[in-house]
Amino acid sequence: MNAPMPPPKKLRVATTSLAGCFGCHMSFLDIDERLLKLLDLIEFDRSPITDIKHCGPCDLGIIEGGICNAENVHVLREFRKNCKIILALGACAINGGLPAQRNHLDLRDVLEEVYQTEHLLGRGGIPNDPELPLPLNKVHPIHEVVKVDYFLPGCPPSADAIWKLLTDLLAGRTPTLGHGLLHYD
Amino acid sequence: MSFELETAISPDKLRRVAIDPVSRVEGHGKVTILLDDDNKVHQVRLHIVEFRGFEKFIQGRPYWEVPVMVQRLCGICPVSHHLAASKALDMMMGVKQLTPTAEKVRRLMHYGQILQSHALHFFHLASPDLLFGFGSDVAARNVVGVIGAHPEIAKKGVLLRKFGQEIIRMTAGKRVHGTGSVPGGVNKSLAPDDRAELLKDIYQMVAWSREAVGMIRNLFEQNLAEYNEFGRFPSAGMCMVRADGAMDLYHGGLRARDIDGNTLFDHFNYGRYWEVIEEDVKPWSYMKFPFFKSLGPDDGSYRVGPLSRVTLCDSIPTPLADKEREEFMAFDGGSVTGATLGYHWARMIEMLHAAESIKDLLHDDDISGHDLMATGQRQERGVGVIEAPRGTLIHHYRVDENDLVIRANLIVSTTHNNHAMNTAVREVAKKYLNGREITEGLLNHIEVAIRAFDPCLSCATHALGQMPLEVAIVGADGTVIDEATRDHRGLTHEISGIRSIP
Repeated sequence: MNAPMPPPKKLRVATTSLAGCFGCHMSFLDIDERLLKLLDLIEFDRSPITDIKHCGPCDLGIIEGGICNAENVHVLREFRKNCKIILALGACAINGGLPAQRNHLDLRDVLEEVYQTEHLLGRGGIPNDPELPLPLNKVHPIHEVVKVDYFLPGCPPSADAIWKLLTDLLAGRTPTLGHGLLHYD
Repeated sequence: MSFELETAISPDKLRRVAIDPVSRVEGHGKVTILLDDDNKVHQVRLHIVEFRGFEKFIQGRPYWEVPVMVQRLCGICPVSHHLAASKALDMMMGVKQLTPTAEKVRRLMHYGQILQSHALHFFHLASPDLLFGFGSDVAARNVVGVIGAHPEIAKKGVLLRKFGQEIIRMTAGKRVHGTGSVPGGVNKSLAPDDRAELLKDIYQMVAWSREAVGMIRNLFEQNLAEYNEFGRFPSAGMCMVRADGAMDLYHGGLRARDIDGNTLFDHFNYGRYWEVIEEDVKPWSYMKFPFFKSLGPDDGSYRVGPLSRVTLCDSIPTPLADKEREEFMAFDGGSVTGATLGYHWARMIEMLHAAESIKDLLHDDDISGHDLMATGQRQERGVGVIEAPRGTLIHHYRVDENDLVIRANLIVSTTHNNHAMNTAVREVAKKYLNGREITEGLLNHIEVAIRAFDPCLSCATHALGQMPLEVAIVGADGTVIDEATRDHRGLTHEISGIRSIP
């Protein structure tokens, strides 16, 4: 007698936003009703929409945002260690994006301008508590720190592009983006 | 304002517990709690841990790029920054009055944004705490759990958000980071086909928004004592109101009341905001601490956002939301108007107001008009203020004769709430954590208090800071890509450029 087939194992997915704006996560949620269908196929590990604080073993890690401080590096390495596939989602993860516009500035100048010579300021002083992660001199794309398996461009990538990539991966296909899904704005 | 529990006397002797990262909020924050051997709480802080520096790097850019650049502060409420920057640059261009079509298209975009942002916050982020309990199982305490246990509620949340996002796409060109608003007006109006499409669904959206207000009201009725007292503290408040005192999320004057309800200023011209607001800095957070100048940094903190707007306005100019406001103000003798969790109720009333306002605008033929741009006498500076989903948002620019930005100041909604959020989490820590064994469920109570404010932490990061350690980024091939350390003055500097590790 045949035993009933067990339901297929769900793909475990972790997501995080490093030096990004959450716009890529919003675009992910812009798959709208398809989210309900997707949840039959995947389960979430660490993500801004769950309360899991550290990434465990996962099939797919989705990274939004570049690297602007020591903590970003730590989180990114934790994802790489635990995820079979790493996806760089959006302009900032791929090339630093808009936050990287600070790369031509001297950090000291910015610090002093914002916290010491700012005309609105009350008592002043540069924040320096040990609880605050060290900012890096430059904003970096994530592939400079870890190996990245897929890059999905856009600011943000459209919901349809994210959907196409995820469904291709779920079906075991090499992801390909058709006309109109590959864009950089 | 009390600074109790902000700074422990002997932090070295205490045990540190951290909530890192704060989840189900937008942006990057953490909470640290210092406890003694008896688990008595001595210090609680909400830290904003990321730097961005937008105000600095937009200097030198042509002003017309600004509305498109600064919205990249935040992917949840990009329209707020897009519109606040446009309003500031309207003033800089000397445009005193937009064309009717331009103002209505911008308002439609803004109400679409309020609708989608409030729906996202309530259904996708905060509702798991309210539906399952603050200390419920962490594995199900998220939107996936809500979809499993309450699929009808979750589906309405998804579709309300979708409707708001579609309005943004139709008016701005894209759902996230569009380009519709430009200094002096808009670059397109609502296409007739899009208008017809939205009109088909708007009545359903109004009905679902009403249901959402009923849902949070029921939750309050069922848990009144807990919801009323949770993270409660007396607070001053600020918001923008229309000339007649009614709620207006797009334009008006500033109104502020102190903790006793006395008016501090009213219908104040936001073009001179610096006369009433100043910002303080604390060493443990990149987010500044604004305060009312007249009350000073120690007593002048306040809160903004839905709770301040709904309680400080005289009325709401759409009938269903106005009726809900009256019931909210009168509920349990007015007790909820000062409750931290009252934010959720006020937020749903605003979502209903946004849906009703969208309905009215869709019935107005100006929304598809063709007169899009206004002009005026060029000025040197401009200030734009909008009531963003999370509260009063201030953009201020100076532009030189070459049309390049030479100065920028942004005070974002969440920054106004910095003190209030810290006070709320300290109240919760005192009541729920003191003397008890710390569990995940108890720690989530701290996050429930933060989530009530719907903070947008990446909006709230302006500046750079420093940590007393060295760090090196080593690339996949073993190359050191970046290093940083701090010098004796606490300033970051680079040790060297790119070099190889032997």
